[in-house]
Amino acid sequence: MTAVDLRVAQRPNAPMTTYRYDEYDAAFVSERVAEFREQVNRRLSGALTEEEFRPFRLMNGLYLQLHAYMLRVAIPYGTLTARQMRRLADIADKWDKGYGHFTTRQNLQYNWPKLVDTPDILESLADVEMHAIQTSGNCIRNVTADHFAGVAPDEIEDPRPTAEFLRQWSSLHSEFSFLPRKFKIAVTGAAHDRAAILVHDIGLRIVKNDTGEIGYQVVVGGGLGRSPFIGKVVGDFVPREDLLAFLEAILRVYNRFGRRDNKYKARVKILVHEKGIDEIRAAVEAEFAAMDRSAFAHDPEEFERIAAFFAPPPYESLPATSALLRAAKLETPAFANFVDVNVGAHKIPGYAIVTVSLKPIGGVPGDATSAQMRVLADASERFGFGELRVSHEQNIILPHVKQDDLFALWSMLDAAGLATANAGLVSDIISCPGLDYCSLATARSIPIAQAISKRFSDMSRQRRIGKLGVKISGCINACGHHHVGAIGILGLEKKGQESYQITLGGDPTFSASIGEILGPGVTAEQVPDVVEHLVDYYLAEREEGEAFIDTWRRIGHARFKDVLRREGEDGADI
Amino acid sequence: MALISDGRFIEDAWRRLADEEALPKTGKFIVSLPRLEHAVEVLGPTATFGVIVPNTTEPSALIAALPRLDLISIAFPAFADGRGFSLARLLRRAEFKGELRASGRLVADQYPHAIGCGFDTIEIPDDLADRQDEEQWRAALNAYSMSYQRGYAGRGSILEARRKAVRS
Repeated sequence: MTAVDLRVAQRPNAPMTTYRYDEYDAAFVSERVAEFREQVNRRLSGALTEEEFRPFRLMNGLYLQLHAYMLRVAIPYGTLTARQMRRLADIADKWDKGYGHFTTRQNLQYNWPKLVDTPDILESLADVEMHAIQTSGNCIRNVTADHFAGVAPDEIEDPRPTAEFLRQWSSLHSEFSFLPRKFKIAVTGAAHDRAAILVHDIGLRIVKNDTGEIGYQVVVGGGLGRSPFIGKVVGDFVPREDLLAFLEAILRVYNRFGRRDNKYKARVKILVHEKGIDEIRAAVEAEFAAMDRSAFAHDPEEFERIAAFFAPPPYESLPATSALLRAAKLETPAFANFVDVNVGAHKIPGYAIVTVSLKPIGGVPGDATSAQMRVLADASERFGFGELRVSHEQNIILPHVKQDDLFALWSMLDAAGLATANAGLVSDIISCPGLDYCSLATARSIPIAQAISKRFSDMSRQRRIGKLGVKISGCINACGHHHVGAIGILGLEKKGQESYQITLGGDPTFSASIGEILGPGVTAEQVPDVVEHLVDYYLAEREEGEAFIDTWRRIGHARFKDVLRREGEDGADI
Repeated sequence: MALISDGRFIEDAWRRLADEEALPKTGKFIVSLPRLEHAVEVLGPTATFGVIVPNTTEPSALIAALPRLDLISIAFPAFADGRGFSLARLLRRAEFKGELRASGRLVADQYPHAIGCGFDTIEIPDDLADRQDEEQWRAALNAYSMSYQRGYAGRGSILEARRKAVRS
């Protein structure tokens, strides 16, 4: 019996979509909930001071925001089942304000939970094999992966078994739970990077060597925040059997030598930057050589056990193209636009990957109401084997939809206000919560995103502009990834006023680059004007097939700077 | 100071020597790192002594003295400063067999972490011990039946358990 057959035999009704807990996982998560319940009680009784309680509540996803606590739920490698999505909706209704916010790191945030309710929320999550473990705090965070994992045509290997393997290894790690700072790992197995691995503390790229063996290119020291860095290669080809030991070596070097004197210099990117990648590589290699690697001896059976959960669903044999789809597109132009923009190629003939945008015109990027979550859960069951994904662009993916079903799916989404055809376009904006929620923020982000989105409300104009990543952060911590936006917007505070710094040329993929500052800051009201002028300039200058970033790279930053300068001469006070 | 061992508050059999205090002839005592070399030199092979070290200590600085030491206490300058956990691991890797002690304001919830990294005992200030009593330390020790890591002390490994289940 293969591992897949075994699993089907054991759980005949279980969906084939993602990792399922065994008795050990279930016990672990439930013990974690019990521990947290006690920690909350001990905080309330005074046994734990707030300072002592803090790292433990953070490691359970509970973060103190501007107005209230926020609970950040992990969606490991962005994969969830219909049942899990429904539970997220139920929790939003029962303990929050009826909605949730999908983040750039494949998490879901509830903005209004009460401290005393959180153990019950965590228990409710555990019941559907979910948790909020290590979604915050100075520990190894929720491991993220390509949201097209397993279905992308350009994939060498599904990154999710690796990510699940690492989720388990990093859970409540004895040695690495009190690191100098947070530590984020992302994995991709594809030729095109959709997981932004070069701007993570560790990025893993699954590669094949000359002999066809699978291994990992290991990148370390990337990150955004106030000092953005592109990660550097620390291991060119780490065989699978050495992966855990190699990561353990990196973490040990970081835990011992990462700076703890200044929290803004405590990320591994600063250590890599200050010591140089060669010194770090030498330290990691020395540690790796000194380790007792038998403790990490790769367990192929365990890896296969995990990988079996991510086996492909039972696809039908279908023709590569769908006559139904072609006819529906001709008949309904709005549907045709949706297909052209939000539907991507699938590795299986006759299937498609659908991106459901959580960026309606004028909406809050990444927010979904409980009703929308339930529609998405239903849609995934009707049209996609009950599986959903969360992308780091804060959208939801239905990863296996028959092309024949696309019209019916679109109709269902459209009725729920979920058919915005803007995936990857100018209004598909990544934004942090900003001053509306966050105590760190220096400016508003969401209203800026809404204003830009409204400015480009003409969808045909958006399609003419094409792929364009606009990313907004409300402070230099850069949760909105502005450094890697083709157009990045950073909200600052200057003399009591919000001031927005615009950067151009950021790119989160394998061709990663950090955006360059366009010029002096502009006011909140001016941001849509500036973005519009930049876009118009690009449209005037672009050559056939060029995206915004290609034109910017070809003609150079200086030419775009002139746009902002002219803007100033028009009488704007910049 | 309070000392926790096996989930219980116990009497500390060890005495921390002040730097100006002469090395005693008998008893269990702990010297500071700067005095270690001298202590190793002048004390006879039957002397029972240990050393307290900062968490930034390079294990290589202790290697020569390891066979003579019966205790190493690693100072935690802040409870959330996790360097001591890695240092403990490295000292166990260097085959230190004596008592490994974590000294500082560690909270009960960190007990399993400390045990996992090879610590035997935790030494905390009295005010902390007043708030976090024996029961809380024992509860922390028993909070988890197993752990996901392999090669760490204390709880059984989930990976090992799965492997056994497959093979049985």
